[in-house]
Amino acid sequence: MKQFTYTVTDALGIHARPAGQLAKMAAGFKSNISLDTPNGKADAKRIMGVMRLAVKKDMTVTITCEGEDEEAACAALSAFFAETL
Amino acid sequence: MKQGTGLPVFPGVAIGTPVVYRKAARSMPVAAADPAVEQKKFEDALETARAQLTALYECATRDVGEEQAAIVEVQMMMLDDLDYLEAISAEISAGSAAAQAVLKCGEEFASAFAEMDDEYMKARAADVRDISQRIADILCGSEGFALPEGRFILVAEDLGPSETIQLPRERILAFVTRQGSLSSHTAILARTLNIPSLVQADLALRDAENCTTLAVDGGAGTWTTDPDDATLNMLNARRQEVEAGRATLEAYRGRQSITKNGKKILLCANIGCAEDADAALSADAEGVGLMRSEFLYLGRNTLPTEEELFNAYRRVAQTMAGKPVVIRTLDIGADKQADYLNLPKEENPALGLRGLRLCLSRPDIFIPQLRAIYRASAFGKLHIMFPMVTSVWEVQRAKAMCERVRADLERQGVMVEKIPIGVMIETPAAAVIAPELAKEVDFFSVGTNDLTQYTLAIDRQNAGLGEFYDPHHPAVLALMAYIAKSAQEAGIWAGICGELGADPELTIRFINMGYTELSMAPGRVLALRKLVCESEE
Repeated sequence: MKQFTYTVTDALGIHARPAGQLAKMAAGFKSNISLDTPNGKADAKRIMGVMRLAVKKDMTVTITCEGEDEEAACAALSAFFAETL
Repeated sequence: MKQGTGLPVFPGVAIGTPVVYRKAARSMPVAAADPAVEQKKFEDALETARAQLTALYECATRDVGEEQAAIVEVQMMMLDDLDYLEAISAEISAGSAAAQAVLKCGEEFASAFAEMDDEYMKARAADVRDISQRIADILCGSEGFALPEGRFILVAEDLGPSETIQLPRERILAFVTRQGSLSSHTAILARTLNIPSLVQADLALRDAENCTTLAVDGGAGTWTTDPDDATLNMLNARRQEVEAGRATLEAYRGRQSITKNGKKILLCANIGCAEDADAALSADAEGVGLMRSEFLYLGRNTLPTEEELFNAYRRVAQTMAGKPVVIRTLDIGADKQADYLNLPKEENPALGLRGLRLCLSRPDIFIPQLRAIYRASAFGKLHIMFPMVTSVWEVQRAKAMCERVRADLERQGVMVEKIPIGVMIETPAAAVIAPELAKEVDFFSVGTNDLTQYTLAIDRQNAGLGEFYDPHHPAVLALMAYIAKSAQEAGIWAGICGELGADPELTIRFINMGYTELSMAPGRVLALRKLVCESEE
């Protein structure tokens, strides 16, 4: 199991588009990937679930990857968060 | 000729042929085939929907721009969402026909978004409905809506994001939708393309279909079907005024509204929902003179929770950042009601159980709203205003309920200040007993639309009464002078939040009567400020 935490800096938070990009990227890995937020938890591969968390600027989220490619998934997603959110 | 109002999206006047956009009628299969067959049909339709959206995405990127294309992109991603797909498959396995399963699940997901506290996510419900509608249309073999040639004004119940994008925007003179909000896709597009438009308009689709000319004033927030010559002249004058005046008016931005003799008038905005507060601010309004609460209650299946109301009111309070905000408590009745309220049908809803009457008889509705307002008052300068008052005892009882709510909150450890309480004067009875009412409250705001209708016994929607309807009738103006005088004598302020509040022909007269606040569609604020600042009074 690999995980990292990230504090959202984007003014709009995880709105529809980044939620979709996140889901798309997560779906490319075999690992189970979850997104833990102050508003609840969601499967990062599912856009509507991620959107419904309505993650806002300054919220701290935890991403957990678990599976055969968890190392690669964690690296790719943490780069994605740093760059997009 | 019929007239009505809507929430102004973009100022400007458009006059043209109306086209009513209706979703194509679909023949729904009643019986479902074998679930395996239905599932296959669903998967094929999904494939077609993906192809359609891909084509739409390319077309949107090319023609409409990045922002609109991103909407389609999100829809494409939603189409692949496993929660959504699994829910539909489960529904099909349980025996539903594919189209029904899609619409049912689509509505469930859309409602989940619609119920969120976040305004942005709330608006995403439209995207879920849009993709579900698309798949259902493919399954039912429905054909799209055919638009006529030439330029026209588009009237619709509501427009889905993908419908909005596909419209030939260079041919659209104006949008008028019965639903939607200032952050709906149609409104965003209208602002982007500078198209005068209204949302939440009270224009019946049937009336739009039965007229040959429709006029839309996107600044004043009004529509007129088959305008007569006088109205047409007025609208054309407004159009020129809008075009010539936009630059002149900008000079008044950021200034106070003070007459040459030093009378200070507060020019405020009327808003329909929390997000409209942004429009009020960008229009340079000095406060919100009327926040209607109805849109928080209509178009849904359950009463809004105290939490939802609190979030909406808090957002307005925060957005207005210390500027006054007058929240009108729920003003609905049998003519404008939500099914879940189970209000009995009335012969004469304009004279029925409505406004404060309804709230006093339904504490289950009233108390949560009052609690929400009191809690939100910690975030700004909120005022409470009761609509449809006719007697002093009604106000006394409503005030007692307010005080009880406040005391309860205080006992629960929520610190709440006393909030100014006012009444909307919109019945002749309230106008006549204004001196008595003034002893009970902190302010008056005159609802001129209803006051005129009740005083003149004239239904403004009834086109047959045209020549009898005089918005400047001496009876109404006499009542208004009396209301202002009664307020002054009692030492409270009086304002106007109906349509007359923005009537430039009467502004000076109202100031002379003693009114110190005028509330109007956000787009009118700067024009009225110019008028006030130039006045000699």
